[in-house]
Amino acid sequence: MLRLARLKLFIPLLVFGLLSLVFFQLEKRMVSGDYDPSMLPSALVGKPLPAFSLTTLDDAEQLISSIDFNNKPSLLNVWATWCVSCRVEHAYLNDLAKKGIQIFGLNYKDDREKANLWLARLGNPYQLNVFDVDGKLGLNMGVYGAPETYVIDANGIIRYRHVGIVDERVWQTKILPLGLNW
Amino acid sequence: MMSRSLLFFLCCLMSFSACSQAANEAGLASASQLKTNELKQFASADMRQRYYALIAELRCPKCQNQNLADSDAPIAKDLRDELYLLINDDYSDAEILAFMASRYGEFVLYAPPVNKVTAVLWVIPAALGLLGLVIVGYVVMRSQQDDEVIND
Repeated sequence: MLRLARLKLFIPLLVFGLLSLVFFQLEKRMVSGDYDPSMLPSALVGKPLPAFSLTTLDDAEQLISSIDFNNKPSLLNVWATWCVSCRVEHAYLNDLAKKGIQIFGLNYKDDREKANLWLARLGNPYQLNVFDVDGKLGLNMGVYGAPETYVIDANGIIRYRHVGIVDERVWQTKILPLGLNW
Repeated sequence: MMSRSLLFFLCCLMSFSACSQAANEAGLASASQLKTNELKQFASADMRQRYYALIAELRCPKCQNQNLADSDAPIAKDLRDELYLLINDDYSDAEILAFMASRYGEFVLYAPPVNKVTAVLWVIPAALGLLGLVIVGYVVMRSQQDDEVIND
């Protein structure tokens, strides 16, 4: 009887051990980048792009209201010249474009002249850029910063949204597993 | 003996909930005083009141533990401006919350609706409270029995 009562004293230690294990696993996933609590899933996954009517980046006269994805999967990259991470990301987007990956751009709350200069200087991986100067389309898409990259399938449906820089690791671990026919 | 322990337990419970309520009210007050420098003009006092209630209730997707009122992130300003337009366009509170949730996810609602995903938020506190009551009841009954044994 006494021994059993003694054993009960170890219950808190056991609980502590279990919680440590849970938190340690979570921490490990956060360090490896597998889990990031600040990354929100997009509310638009499974839906097409919202309607818009905006000009393209290179032509202030050309109004467009849809993007032609040519029945191919695409990336829609939200970027701006004021966004430092976008500059870091840009070289990798150029690489992807060279491999034949179809990339569209959403130039977000930016300056048209600066953005065109940036593309002329750093290379242009985009098939087309939508110029969203007041962030209206961005707001309808649930964009909350740059860079963000939307993965859109051949039917124009948003399948995944990545917040932050797309690099080889993100491409291999997050985008390729979606199983789209790039 | 039993009634005294229970009374103590209930007092603890009540003072705790009173504390958290006061903290909530303080949060709302500071939120509505903030961002007055954005100079938004309202057609009616009711609109103004709804605006300040909603920026306190909507969560900033960028600065994730701040509401729209507290956050200085550019997106929080955009969403405040959008909210202002929606209120002026005669959207109801429910429509505005649905507008935000359909774009930024239910994450932005500080008062999420009860559904399959969020049910656990309501069930766990109730279950833990019940468990606590059971444990307290058990301990009290045990101590009462001990008292009787001693008295005998």
